[in-house]
Amino acid sequence: MTGSTLLRRIAPQLLTLAAVIVLVSIYYPAFYQIVYVNDRLVGIPIDVIKRGAPVALLAIGMTLVIATRGIDLSVGAVMAICGASAAWSIDQGYGIGAALGIAGAAGLVCGLWNGVLVAFFGIQPIVATLILMVAGRGVAQLITGGTILTFDSDTFAFLGSGTMIGVPVPTVIWILTGIGFGLLVRRTALGLLVESIGVNLRASTLAGINSRVLLIAVYMGSGFCAALAGVIATADIRGADANNAGLWLELDAILAVVIGGNSLLGGRFSILASLLGAMIIQTINTGILLAGFPSEFNLVIKAVLVIVILVLQSPRFMPYLELLASRFKRSSVTRLEAGE
Amino acid sequence: MLERILMASVAVFSLGAGVAGAQTIGFSQIGSESGWRAAETTVTMNQAKERGIDLRFSDAQQRQENQIAALRSFIAQGVDAILVAPVVATGWDSVLEEAAEAEIPVVLLDRMVDSSPDLYLTAVGSDLVHEGRVAGEWLVSAANGEECRVVELQGTTGSSPAIDRKKGFEEGIAGADNIEIVRSQTGDFTRTRGKEVMESFLQAENGGADICALYAHNDDMAVGAIQAIKEAGLKPGEDILVVSIDAVPDIFQALAAGEANATVELTPNMAGPAFDALEAYFADGTMPEKFIQTESKLYTQADDPAGEYEARKDLGY
Amino acid sequence: MLLSTRDLTKSFPGTIALDRVNFGLKAGEVHALLGENGAGKSTLIKCLTGAYRRDSGDILFEGKPIFPQSTLEAQAIGIGTVYQEVNLLPNLTVAENLTLGHQPTRFGMIRPRAMQALAQEMLAGYGLDIDVRRPLESYSVAVQQIVAIARAVHLSGRVLILDEPTASLDAREVQMLFDVVRDLRGRGLGIIFISHFLDQVFEISDSLTILRNGRHIATHPAADVDRMQLITLMLGRELEEETSVRYRPEVTGTSADAIRFTGVGRRGRIAPFDLTVRKGEVIGMAGLLGSGRTESAEVLFGAVPSDSGTVEDANGAVDLRNPRSAIAAGFAFAPEDRKTDGIIAELSVRENIILALQARQGWARPIPQAEQQRMADDYIARLDIRTPDAEKPVGLLSGGNQQKVILARWLATNPRFLILDEPTRGIDVGAHAEILRLIEDVVAQGMSILVISSELEELVAVSHRVIVVRDRRHVSELTGADVSPDTILRAIAAPHTTLEAMA
Repeated sequence: MTGSTLLRRIAPQLLTLAAVIVLVSIYYPAFYQIVYVNDRLVGIPIDVIKRGAPVALLAIGMTLVIATRGIDLSVGAVMAICGASAAWSIDQGYGIGAALGIAGAAGLVCGLWNGVLVAFFGIQPIVATLILMVAGRGVAQLITGGTILTFDSDTFAFLGSGTMIGVPVPTVIWILTGIGFGLLVRRTALGLLVESIGVNLRASTLAGINSRVLLIAVYMGSGFCAALAGVIATADIRGADANNAGLWLELDAILAVVIGGNSLLGGRFSILASLLGAMIIQTINTGILLAGFPSEFNLVIKAVLVIVILVLQSPRFMPYLELLASRFKRSSVTRLEAGE
Repeated sequence: MLERILMASVAVFSLGAGVAGAQTIGFSQIGSESGWRAAETTVTMNQAKERGIDLRFSDAQQRQENQIAALRSFIAQGVDAILVAPVVATGWDSVLEEAAEAEIPVVLLDRMVDSSPDLYLTAVGSDLVHEGRVAGEWLVSAANGEECRVVELQGTTGSSPAIDRKKGFEEGIAGADNIEIVRSQTGDFTRTRGKEVMESFLQAENGGADICALYAHNDDMAVGAIQAIKEAGLKPGEDILVVSIDAVPDIFQALAAGEANATVELTPNMAGPAFDALEAYFADGTMPEKFIQTESKLYTQADDPAGEYEARKDLGY
Repeated sequence: MLLSTRDLTKSFPGTIALDRVNFGLKAGEVHALLGENGAGKSTLIKCLTGAYRRDSGDILFEGKPIFPQSTLEAQAIGIGTVYQEVNLLPNLTVAENLTLGHQPTRFGMIRPRAMQALAQEMLAGYGLDIDVRRPLESYSVAVQQIVAIARAVHLSGRVLILDEPTASLDAREVQMLFDVVRDLRGRGLGIIFISHFLDQVFEISDSLTILRNGRHIATHPAADVDRMQLITLMLGRELEEETSVRYRPEVTGTSADAIRFTGVGRRGRIAPFDLTVRKGEVIGMAGLLGSGRTESAEVLFGAVPSDSGTVEDANGAVDLRNPRSAIAAGFAFAPEDRKTDGIIAELSVRENIILALQARQGWARPIPQAEQQRMADDYIARLDIRTPDAEKPVGLLSGGNQQKVILARWLATNPRFLILDEPTRGIDVGAHAEILRLIEDVVAQGMSILVISSELEELVAVSHRVIVVRDRRHVSELTGADVSPDTILRAIAAPHTTLEAMA
């Protein structure tokens, strides 16, 4: 993708993000303030890119799954499983490396399970992943013993609340993961093959694509992203909360992908746009907290904003926006000419 | 079937004979959805063991039909009394009537039902409003007349603990004009959300410099918020006072470390008062009050938090 | 005429599905509608029943023009339809299915007794003795068909359209259904009957109308046409002049370097068959729709892997477990249904062209962007693919250009054996000729090709030999002078000939 086509692809998301930021700063004018204290950057934008880490990570994997015309409802529960595994490993004294390895392996195994159900047994993705969505939290509770499993490891906690040259570690993790996955799918042929099976699985198989293995790999990718998100959520509160870790985040992740302009019918995808979608959602969440409305309004405000965004991005509405944009361009050109 | 009838008649006989001690009591628990619930189960079992009671335990896994089935089975077994922590408030009339017919006293734990009070012996529970009031009153004395801007972490929006604990706290600080709740948001009773919302409070209130105290509707949110305060470079417990409710083990660690200031106990020991009431009833027919309110005890840094932590950490929280 | 059309025209983007079709149905006749896939039968039916809106032309019911906007409206006018897949609700009772939407009610409440009585009454005369209170699914498909017919007749009552009603019935059930159909004909209904089973068509029909490529070809009384004529009409002989010059280069390969299929087949799809494919050879495959042509191709390509036999070439056994291994062995397959099995509509022309090659190379070795561009431009020029640029989504191209993109995809893998299933169906004459020329080109370079086609002249023009498939068996192989439209037609039509007899 060349620079200009990429820009055209993510333009709606950039505009939406800008609009949401402007809206929030109306209620909270100090939005843009970023200061550097105690070796860390502090400010609302920093909060957004830190708090948005779990959804951003989930959105990376979810984008690929959705590109294959699938969906992964289990990521929230997988977060809980992987967070619990990591906390358990630390608690057992296995050390940070082993804990991360076990959490990552748990995520990959969960993805393998989903992928096999979808690719080999032909179960509809929404049903296949629903199984783990429901059962996964139970598995996580078994690991934590039903309590909030706390641990004492500053190294591990660093992943949730530490900073690197002032930037929160969760932010570093999601940006690096996004770049990593982006390079993986665009510098190899994976992206093309994933889009191909998403548009037409049968034709792709007949063209020689190993669609089963590819589908499984995509669900495993999603599981791995969920593992990273689970590790961050667990490290953040220094404890694995099997009941609440990642609760309902699968829905936010799907929403991020949709706001990112990716079709639920599969095919063309953009990880970058999904990440922008995740940041849009997080800006809304943080904005609601800052605005100081009573809690009862939180979900309503979020829902209204999401509806407005989706309507503005809908195929019915886009032509009007483009028309408006072209008019604006023309009138600004004429104004320029008049000025000269 | 024959066996059951036989057992039931034996039980009725033993009740009629007024045999004290070695009682059999059925306990229908909701499930183990939270650490507190697990602790309640543990404490109830411990209490029964101490008193030499034969406790028949049944886990309903959040389903009323399981609870009703458990109660019927207890009635058929002819237990001496039944403890039940009802999962919902409605739909208990017929099974409670069956228990009454079998002359088996029923004690409600922790939650109420919509049935006629005649159908159960008594209910043991905490007063959520009272808990909030205790926390508020503590803050009034701690603030000592100085200006104090409070941020509040609410429970899940619309849940009765969130509504009542908010109401109680406001009652507790009523009349103290120096104390003002400046921000109030839901933290969904979870650590993650407690931390996230506290971060936004700190941002919005001048990096936390304008916040004097935090009131959290449960300890878990307070634990999350304490981390947020620390990460913002402030000292929880000193720069920002922290008061919360529940008294779970982790908050005692924070109290011991000087990072929290006070917690109001929601005791998991509902069974103790229930067994007391039953003993009195079996001994001489003393009818207890229809509602036995558990103590909402306040713990501060002065109340040996390290010891309290040791005492609680194995209760299953 | 009970129901007729005048110059009925309907087009979809890229194709004209119905081109000024005239059709007439009399009261009291069974009128068969015949044609290969894509001939326009289902489009005609959908226009008659209001499922599609026509572009132009008239539909006349008893001489008066009608404009049905939905199947419900068509039903109200008097036109009822029963599809191959029964369109009823299997978990409701027979009575509920029959009376759904017009149940007898009192004060808004359904009266079960009256409903059952009505249902019994509707079923009277169909020779069914069933309990209308039982769920529909507890009866056989044949009974369900008849229930569907009873409902359609009750609601519409003048014209009954039966779309492939016998596809999932056994012989006895077919007779049961035909008894009902004859009875309805006796009651004065006009019945349109669509079927691929020619025996059944001849048994039940009074008249035949043949469509081909969206055009009305002929209408005859059934008694005046024989099987041979009918198949000739269905398959058509339009290309005679255009491809009369036969260009057939010599087969360059020997039997030593051939690919030998021995006893390959797939239970329930195609009986085991032998096939030897030499270098530079074009093998034609002829047969009616559903005869086992596509099934043969799928076995040869590993899309539906063979469950018997062996495949060998000069280097030993060839692995055809799945398309991937077939492609690795140098096979390629352009399927019959381009839309569902061929193109990746949303992806660009460039991506569609490089797809098979990229899949063979593996994900870790992407074809460089510049190389992709060069290949795409090269094939766009070589095959004369009409597209503004290589980045246009292939779904927006016309059928012929889509077919060329798929050919380009396979040529890019430089296969030794290319299977083409109906390569020229539904594409315009110009593209048609170009594709035939392309076949000749690549064969001259030593590629082997299997062409499946309903266009007999086309087969004759390009093939060195022709295999005829009937009833899911390879029944004969025509070589040399026997490769002519007439012999092929005779082999397809011969009801009970065997391979030996034909040879």
